Amino acid sequence: MKKKSKTNVRKIAVYGMMTALALIFSYLESQIPTFFPVPGMKLGITNIIVVLSLYKMGNGSAMAVNILRIILVSFLFGGPSAMIYSLAGGFLSTSVMILLKQTGKFKVVTVSIAGGIFHNVGQILIAMAALNTNGIAWYLTVLWFTGMATGALIGLLGNELIKRIPDKIFEGELKK
Amino acid sequence: MNNGKKGKKRFKNDFLLIGGLIISGGAVLVLALFNGHNGNSVEVRVDGEIQGIYSLSENQTIEINGTGGHNTLIIENGKALMKDADCPDQLCVRQGEISLKGQSIICLPHKVAAEITDADNSDFKSESDIDIIVK
Repeated sequence: MKKKSKTNVRKIAVYGMMTALALIFSYLESQIPTFFPVPGMKLGITNIIVVLSLYKMGNGSAMAVNILRIILVSFLFGGPSAMIYSLAGGFLSTSVMILLKQTGKFKVVTVSIAGGIFHNVGQILIAMAALNTNGIAWYLTVLWFTGMATGALIGLLGNELIKRIPDKIFEGELKK
Repeated sequence: MNNGKKGKKRFKNDFLLIGGLIISGGAVLVLALFNGHNGNSVEVRVDGEIQGIYSLSENQTIEINGTGGHNTLIIENGKALMKDADCPDQLCVRQGEISLKGQSIICLPHKVAAEITDADNSDFKSESDIDIIVK
């Protein structure tokens, strides 16, 4: 029993750390000016943390960290409408990444590329419903390909991190 | 990295998926092209100067006096097309119908350009010079 509670404390600390990291990356990203005149286009560096959580901590953890991060970021820097867009994008992209990872057939980069695309797709779907227009289909095309590019970049970085960061940080007992 | 056959095989899935995603992206592009936003008016310019903005919801024939020639643009069923032109190449006539925002018909010899736009109703000019038609 004692052992179990110790694991839980560790788990809480790791979740907190990952969420905090995701939060910091989100903030950093909001400070980076966008190079393209496309609103909503971003690097998605926060996704590194989500990818890392996905491979090191598991499916549920990745989803939890991402959703928590989005809620926190929205309260701190965004508004309620930004939260709906982000939640849709975050939920869809994390779900897709979980599914692809579960098949066990794809590399981290590929999973991340799909995540990058579907983050944008989720946001656009909400925007389409909200604005009741299909004029933004163009916008989706642009974000589809930029999502692939940023997803590939994040996937490569994430892959290196997954290889280099030891598993024992995320699970198991503390060593004496 | 992975070695031998196994490595190649593992990459194959990734290439297939990424290829599939690129094709899907292309499909989205095609969808966007064909399912684009309909404009409500056509803006006619000669040598860059706006000659008039005509509503697409009204069937009409617009005579355009281009630089060194004459063009006839007709609006029918929400679509605009260049019916006639006395230019030698007839390229503008062959461009067919336009109705999506941003699409245009250009007659280079006469410096005539007709582009689909979204304009306010008040901007519209009717060929018969009726300001407003109350229906």
